[in-house]
This record gives sequence, structure tokens and C-alpha cells, in this order.
Amino acid sequence: MSDLTVFLINTTIKSIVVIGAMLGAVAYSTWLERKLVAHLQVRWGPHRVGWHGLLQPIADGLKFIFKEDIIPTEASKFIYILAPTIAFIPALLSISVIPFGSLGFFGSHAVRFQITDLNIGLLFIFAVTSLGVYGVALGGWASNNKYSLMGALRSSAQMISYELSLGLSVVSVLLVAGTLSLEKIVELQSGTWFGFIPKWNIFVLPLFISFFTYFVSAIAETNRVPFDLPEAESELVAGFHTEYSSMKFALFFLAEYANMLTVSALATTLFFGGWHGPAFGPLWLQGLLPLFWFLAKVFAFMFFYIWTRGTLPRFRYDQLMAFGWKFLMPLAIANVILTSFVVAWKG
Amino acid sequence: MVPLNYFLILAAILFSIGVIGFVMKRNVITMFMSIELMLNSVNLTFVAFSRYIQNLSGQIFVFFVMVIAAAEAAVGLAIIVALYRNRESLNVDEADRMKL
Amino acid sequence: MELVLFFILAIIAVGAAINMVVQKHPIHSALSLIVVMGTLSLFYVMLHAEFLAVVQVIVYAGAIMVLFVFVIMLLNPHAAEHTTRYGTILKFGGVPLGLLLLAEIVVVVQRSVGAARPASALAGTTEAVGRLLFTEYLIPFEFISVVILVAILGAVVLTKREL
Repeated sequence: MSDLTVFLINTTIKSIVVIGAMLGAVAYSTWLERKLVAHLQVRWGPHRVGWHGLLQPIADGLKFIFKEDIIPTEASKFIYILAPTIAFIPALLSISVIPFGSLGFFGSHAVRFQITDLNIGLLFIFAVTSLGVYGVALGGWASNNKYSLMGALRSSAQMISYELSLGLSVVSVLLVAGTLSLEKIVELQSGTWFGFIPKWNIFVLPLFISFFTYFVSAIAETNRVPFDLPEAESELVAGFHTEYSSMKFALFFLAEYANMLTVSALATTLFFGGWHGPAFGPLWLQGLLPLFWFLAKVFAFMFFYIWTRGTLPRFRYDQLMAFGWKFLMPLAIANVILTSFVVAWKG
Repeated sequence: MVPLNYFLILAAILFSIGVIGFVMKRNVITMFMSIELMLNSVNLTFVAFSRYIQNLSGQIFVFFVMVIAAAEAAVGLAIIVALYRNRESLNVDEADRMKL
Repeated sequence: MELVLFFILAIIAVGAAINMVVQKHPIHSALSLIVVMGTLSLFYVMLHAEFLAVVQVIVYAGAIMVLFVFVIMLLNPHAAEHTTRYGTILKFGGVPLGLLLLAEIVVVVQRSVGAARPASALAGTTEAVGRLLFTEYLIPFEFISVVILVAILGAVVLTKREL
């Protein structure tokens, strides 16, 4: 086989596996969310379909498929159909540069647990996620409904505002790592200090602040509680997807959870050492453990996401904007300056 | 490899479409978008030349053009919003009177 | 292989650009323009300018066009375009004028450039572009940041209802 065919087969298989796993994870994070929030509020949550409601996502999916698909008569039809797709595709695309584990061996074939390693990987993620705004904005506009339009305007303003602090908080990681390739950023975080503190970026002094700004703006970027104003039920019915039903609604829903997973995976990669963790046991276990550590860290972030949802109330809109522009942005900029001083001082 | 003149002719076609759009359209926003299209086509020639004469300076210029385009979009759209508030219309022909 | 890719992308780009001019409603024009910008980003990848390809998407598609879409949504203008006095002249004058310009450029390009091909590869990686930007082009870079600061101030002042 020529190099090109090997490459093509390799990439195709990896893409299928990753997208399949991603969609499965998305489906089950909805289950996790319902279950966890229920337990936080001393309820049971879904428990009828399957053991502890484990088949609930499948039942939900079937329900979405069989629901009536409504297109409002006054809607701008083409854009109305296009918008959920635009929201969904970038959410899946951005996972393609994230490294899930170290090299694995299948017989004599070395396989990287990553679809592709770009030397502009981090910028690629930002480029792709910045397109997610269109799905929300166009969906809300095309529905021709005042609640949808209000929700869309709010959420696009929010996403644009918080994208700035998101980008700025990552700059300090770049300053420390000196590369845009996610693979290399993870490799730089291997090893330990004093034998027990792992060399993750979160433990590098000024990067703790950038993790804070990153994660807060990431919650806002994914439109989650306490920044879920675009779909504030109590004021805007359901925000930008008020008019959507059936699979089109499901696509918006999936995009939100896929974005949450991407953001968590990126946080793991940039700040928590990616797939690094203690490796022990026989050889086959050592190959699989990095994958396990990666998924465990992502799960921890998802848990945190849902935890905040179960705990915190919603911001008011002007508070949200003021927090983003007057607190988070200056903090991120100050942190970039601080980090560059530290990096220059260390030489 | 794609020859240089293919890129240049593609850029020329895009530029001409931008010019036609600018001349024909009466909607301020669409006219503005035509200008963006022209800027983009010029960027393409910059990058193509930079590749073919082996000099990165062309790419730096594209970077500058992008910054200027961003500044232009911010100011231009602010003017459009102000214009719409005064005239209730986006038609450029209705913006030629000195008083309302 | 590369040539086929070039032609497919070129057809998409030109088609989307024409669609931008033909469409009546500004939001359809904006979407077509985003498609053009996306294809241009892929052209940059073909020309080994990876950094610019990503910046093209981040800045143009992710920021500038979002601003356009945002303003269109905010103003929500009517699709109908009422042509006024100069409408017909422009409609019949614009296309020949544009085609004339195109013919002119094509003739010049064919005479002066021809089918030149590069000698070796030159990669516009982030590092290379950044190094050049912060050494040789440092002063223009500083000036351009002042320009964008002025633009921000201008936008804030212009959109204020009362000065």
C-alpha cells in the first residue's frame, strides 16, 4: 500500500471512531445532566427506560425523529433549515485536532490517538468555533419571531464578547509553551516537580488565572448556566430555538453539548496535562491508560458544568456584559502581560 | 502546482464582480460587502505573489489589509446604523439630501 | 490533483460571488460572501500560507461578517430595493464596465506574468510570519494598532444617540 492510501484509511477510520464516540458521549451527557441535576435537587431523574434510565437518550432520539417538523410560514425557509446545520458542523469539526492519548500500537502500526496534528491546531479550533455564532444568529433571525430574534441578538453579542477573553486567556498558555500544536503542548506537560506534583500548566503560576478566565468565558461561549441568557426560559420562551422542532431542534441541542465537550477537552489539553497520568500495569494497559486519564479529566469538567447548572442562578443581561467587558477582559489582558514578564524573566 | 496567472485571473474575476456589485446595488450594506469582496480578491493576489516570488512580505501586507478591513467594518457599520436611524432606509439614493 | 481542486474551489468562489450580487436580501448576500471567504481561506492553504488561512476565517468570517449579519438583523431591512433615478443607468452600465475592467486585467496578467511556477516551497507558518511582523515590520504594526484603536473610538462615538 502506498503512503497516501495508508493515510486515507487511517484518517477515515479515526474520524469515524471519533465522531461516533463524540455523538455517543453527547447523547449520554444529556442523560448525565438530567440525572445529576435531579440528584442535586433530591429527585430521581429519568429511571423508567432501562437500568437507572440508561436507555433514555435513545428514547429521546427516537422521539425527536418522529416529532412533527414545523417550519413557520413567515420564516425565511432556506436559512431556517441551514442554521441548525451551521451550528452543528463546527461543533464536531473542532474535536479533530485534540490529542486523546499517546501513540498506540496495532501490531506493527503506530497509531496516534488524534485525527490530525496541525501546527496551527489551537488557532484552527478558534477559527472553527468562531463560526458557531452563525447558527445561533441566523436561526433566531430566520424564525421571524420576536423572542427568537431577541435571543439570537443577545447570544451573538454574548458569544462575540466572551470570545475575546477566551482567546486572550489562551495566549498566555502559548507564551509558556511556544507552540500552537496541541500535541506538543501536551508533551511539554509531562513529568513531575519534586516527584509528586504533575507538571501541568495549571500549576505554573500565572496560568492559574488564565485557566480561570478561560473556563468562565468558555461557560459563556457555550451558553450555559449562569450565562444562559440566550435561552432564558422565564423571559424569552426558549430563545433562538423557540420555533424549532424535531431534528432541527435536536441538532441545536447536540451542538450545545458537543461544544461543551470540546471546551472541556481543550481545557484538559491546555491546562491539565492532556492524557498524562500515572501509567502502570502490563503493556496493553499502559497503552490504554492515557485515553482513560483524558476521558476522566473531561468527565470531571462535564461534572463541573452540570454542577454549576444545578447551583447558580442566572445573570441579568447588563451584569453579564459588564462582567465580560469590565472584569474578565482586563483580567485576561493583565494576565497576558504578567505571563510574558514571567516568561522573559525565566529566559 | 497551479500556475500563478490562474490565481491572478481568479482574483481579477472576483474583483470585477465586486466592482459590478458596488455600482449596481443601491443597498448600503450590500455595497459595503462588495468592497469587502474587492479587498479579499486583492489579498489573494498578495498571497499568490508572495508564494511565487518567495517573499513573505506579501503575507504581512495581507495581515495589514485584514486589520484595516476590520477597522473599516466597525466604523462603516456604525455609520450605517446612524444613517438608518435618521432616514429609515438603507438606500444610498435617499441619503443625498442635506436635510430631512 | 491540485489543479482539479483549484478549479472546483474557483467555481464555488465565483458562483458565490455572483450570487452575492444577484441576491435581493442583504442576509443572503452576506452568506454568499462568507462562502467566498471560506474558499479563499482554502486557497491560502493551497499556497502554503497556513497562518493567514486561519486568520482569514477568524477575522473575516468570525468577526467582520458576524458584525454584518448582526447589523442586518438589528436593522431588519425590507427585501425590496426601490431603484431611483440612476437605477436603470447603473444596471445597464455596471456590468459592461466590470467586464471591461476584467478584460483589461486579464490581458495585462497574461502579457506580464504568464504561467510562472515557483522554484521551491515557502511556508507562511505562524513563526515565520510573526518573526517578520515583529522585526522588519514593527513600526507599521504599531501604526496599524493605533488605527484600529481610532476605529474602536469612532464606532463608539458614531453609535451614540446623543453626543
